[in-house]
Parts: sequence; C-alpha cells; structure tokens
Amino acid sequence: MQNLLADYLPLVVFIGVAAFIAIALMVAPFLVAYKQPDPEKLSAYECGFNAFDDARMKFDVRFYLVSILFIIFDLEVAFLFPWAISFHEVGLFGFWSMMLFLGVLTIGFVYEWNKGALEWD
Amino acid sequence: MTAHVPALMPALPELILASGALLLVLIGALRGESSHGFVHASSVLLLGLALLAIALGDGGTVVTFNGAFINDGFARFMKIAALAAALVSLVVSQGYLQRHKVEVFEYPLLVVLSTTGMLVMISAHDLIALYLGLELSSLSLYVIAAFRRDDLRSTEAGLKYFVLGALSSGMLLYGASLIYGFTGAVEFGAIVKALHGHAPTGVIFGLAFLMAGFAFKISAVPFHMWTPDVYEGAPTPVTTFFASAPKLAAMAMTVRVVMTAFPDVTHEWRQIVVFIALGSMVLGAFAAIGQTNIKRLLAYSSIGHVGYALVGLSAGTDAGVQGVVVYMSIYTVTTLGAFACVLGMRRDGHYVEDINDLAGLGRNNPALAFALAMIMFSLAGIPPLAGFFAKWYVFVAAVEAKFYALAIIGVLSSVVGAFYYLRIVKIVYFDDAKTAFDPLDSSLKAVILVSSLVIFLFWLYPAPLVNAASLAASSLH
Repeated sequence: MQNLLADYLPLVVFIGVAAFIAIALMVAPFLVAYKQPDPEKLSAYECGFNAFDDARMKFDVRFYLVSILFIIFDLEVAFLFPWAISFHEVGLFGFWSMMLFLGVLTIGFVYEWNKGALEWD
Repeated sequence: MTAHVPALMPALPELILASGALLLVLIGALRGESSHGFVHASSVLLLGLALLAIALGDGGTVVTFNGAFINDGFARFMKIAALAAALVSLVVSQGYLQRHKVEVFEYPLLVVLSTTGMLVMISAHDLIALYLGLELSSLSLYVIAAFRRDDLRSTEAGLKYFVLGALSSGMLLYGASLIYGFTGAVEFGAIVKALHGHAPTGVIFGLAFLMAGFAFKISAVPFHMWTPDVYEGAPTPVTTFFASAPKLAAMAMTVRVVMTAFPDVTHEWRQIVVFIALGSMVLGAFAAIGQTNIKRLLAYSSIGHVGYALVGLSAGTDAGVQGVVVYMSIYTVTTLGAFACVLGMRRDGHYVEDINDLAGLGRNNPALAFALAMIMFSLAGIPPLAGFFAKWYVFVAAVEAKFYALAIIGVLSSVVGAFYYLRIVKIVYFDDAKTAFDPLDSSLKAVILVSSLVIFLFWLYPAPLVNAASLAASSLH
C-alpha cells in the first residue's frame, strides 16, 4: 500500500508543477498586464478583415455523422494492427474472430450506406 | 500458442439474439422502411427463441470465456424474466408506433440489441464483461428514449438519459479501475481471492463508485434524478420497456457483483445498499404524492420499489437475494400491467397521461378499472395481492438479518406510498365521469389480463416462483 502510493509520488509532483504553472500564467495577466481596451481590440479577429458573422453558428449534423463513421473505421484499423502483428500466435480462432468482427462492421456499413448516411445532399 | 475456442453453448441465447439482430439489420437496410412489420415480428420471435433456449437448456453452473461469463440458475431465472419483459413491451408497442407514424424497423432491433446487452450484464462474471453488457444495453436505450425525434419531450428525455448515463458509466468504470488497481483482478472469483475478506481503502472507494453506477441503472436515490423526466418524456412503450427489463437486469447485475465478487466484505457494501434503499423508499413514497402525470407517478413509484427490493439485498443472505428475485419478478409483472393500462388511456385518438383522465373509468370500462385497481393495490402492497408477498419476502429477510429499523421505515414509507396508489383507485371509481377511452388493442388486453390474473391469484400458488427464486439465490455461490 505504502509502496504503491510512493510509486505515484512523481505523478503528484508533476500534477502540482503543471497546476502551478497553468494557474500562474492565467492569474498573472490579471495582476500585471497593462489594460486599455478599445473596440478594435475587443472585436473578433478574422485574418485581417472584419468578422462576417457570429462565430456561434449551427453545424450541420452531418459533420457529426461523418466523424462518427471515421472513428469506427479508425478504431477498426487500430484493432487490426496488433492482430496482424501477432497473426502467427492467434491461430485460426484469432483469424475467424477478426473476420467476425469485420463482418459485423460491414453489416453496419451496409446499413449506413442504404440509409443514405454517406450522401451529402 | 494458439487460443482455444471457448465453450459457446452457455451463451446460446445471447448468440441467437446478436446474430438474429445483425441479420435483421441487413434485411431492414436492404428492404427499407417497408420491412418494419417483418422485422417487428421477427424480433418478437427472436426474443421468444432466446427464451426457449434458456428454458430448454442445461441446468448447472458453467463458466466460459476465461471466467468472463457465467451461466447459473440465477442467470437463467433473471434472463427468462428480462426476455419475457422485453417481449411483452415489444408486443404492446406496435399500436402506439402505428398511431404516431414512427413505425421504423430500427425500434424492434434496438430493443433486441439492448436485451442482448442485458443478458450479458446478468451473466457477467468479470468487470469488463459487465461493462460491455451495460454499454450495449444503455446505448440502445438512449436511442429509443429519443425515438420520436420530432417530439420535444422525447428528445429531451433521450439527451438527459444519455448525458447522465454517460456520467454514471464513467463512475462505474472508475470504480472498476480502482478495484482492478487494488486487487489486480477483474474476474469476480479472483477478486474474492485477492481480498481475503479484507477490503483496503482503495477497494472501498472503488466499490462506492461501482455502486453509484449501479444505483443510476436501477434508478435508486441519490442517482434517480433522470427517472421521472425520462419516464415522462420517452414514448410510453419505451417507458414500459425501461420500467421492466433494464431495471431487472441492472438489479441482477448489482446482486451478482455484491454477492459473488464481494461476499466477504459484506459490511462495506451493506452500508451503501442500506443508504440507497432507505433513500429510495422514502423519496418514492413522498415525491410521488404531488404528481398528476401517470407516467411520472409510476417513475417515482419505481424508485420506491427499487428501494424495497434493495432492503432484501442489504440483508446479504440467501433469503435476502431470494426476496430480491421474487420482488423484481412480481414488480415487473405488475409494472407491465400498469403501463399497459397507461397505453390504453386513449381518448378521441389521442394518448392522455393525466391521472384525472382516468375519472369515470369505473363506469365506462369496469373490467379495465378493476384490473387497474388491482394493479394499484398490488403496488401499494395490500394483501392478498402479489405485491404484498413481494414486500413480505424482502422484509422478512431484513428482519432475520436484524435490520429492524430498515424494515420499519420500509413499512412506514409503503403506508405513505399507499396514498397515491389509492388516489388513483379513488379517481377511477368515484370522480365525475369523463368520456370513455377508445377501445383497447387486443395485445394490451391480453397483457392486462395476464398481469392482473398473476397479481390476483399469486397467493393461491406461490410455490413455483418462490422455489425458483430460492434455487436462483442459492446458485450464486
């Protein structure tokens, strides 16, 4: 128990240092910075010209869908790498397990394709 | 070294549901929305097949998947109950979906998938399998809570359930990681060995976080806040489902974890269980008094009933677990009947949810009124109805374990709770009549009939359920 906690001491020190630096950098400007606001300084910065509209706008929900699809296939690849590396060890059972997994993903893919999730308009 | 193929037969019901659901996804995707009727019927069939697979399967205790999955008497009993509840709530959903024009093939599929997750939860014998089952069931439940996506309250219910559910899953996972960190094991048997009957502080912390996650899933105080909003906002057939199968499965999971992974540190988890049992009973009794929406009222009532079931668990004995199993079975039958009545509250083609809409039911539809009254009396725990015996078993277990205060507070709060059940009976029989409800669907009639018959006649022949529950409880160790 004691040993276990001692192992984590560097982590505690690290968190302490990180917290100190982060808080110091956030608090220091309030205390020492020279403040003289004017409309130009307070307005949103957009590459040299005036802002077109409010930055808080609605995103099309399809961006969300695409990102979810990306995550699924991204994870699939992340899962395939260790399987490919240890292909000799996992044997036939490992091979078919992965095929089953890919099959399940494929069914999901067929579903989203037929549902029109991949069409932008 | 090549990995061995684990024994798959113990997980046959899960395999039936999972492969069937995948096939139906494919059929639905290829044939489009017109396949709804087919997918709905096939889903009911799948749940029935899984139920048969358990009922006709071998007895005994089998552990497979490297200790991650157990099939014992307790799992079989709870799985049959969960499958039956899922099946019934799927059958009664059809009329509602039709009238709201949300007949899409995803609905029955999500019910099947979430039931698969529940079966895994019930059979989980390590923390990872438990989490997997929990997430599979929860993710499907989040979606069906928001199933009427053009309805503001339904989407609100779905979002609330999702955000709070994700939080509770996080807590559960954190608890699991603490337990793993301090015992070096995720498998329940290995956790028992690692603990040697003594729980270090870290494990107690982990246990508390784990129980917080469980309390959310069974909607026990202080993690009950989502329940009224979600029950009220979600479409009624979805609420029917929420109040039955997932609650049963989550309770089974809770019982299994504390009884098989922490049997020697009873003192540590018992405090938590006693606290959430007390809180749930008292809140369930008092908070429902002011409710006029029947779904909201039943939500508070379900919080209270979870508290009563936990009274049995806090005893920590076989008799206590038997009490929990009996309680949850009877509660599920009763609540399915109650929600079938709510689904029957339809006037001029619109579903109504206010308890005052029940006025005059005693004159307009005496049979339905009588069934509803029986269900309410049973929820209140009035003898000789089934709800009385359910409470009897948990309170006897608590008294035998010398939890006198808990039992007394439980009985007192059930007296308070009786007020709002009786108020519904009063509205049904004594208030000024309104126009009659539209005729009930035949599936609703059947469910209400079976439910009220079970409630009414349970005292004649309680042996099958009580004995099966006793067998289930004794198979846990």
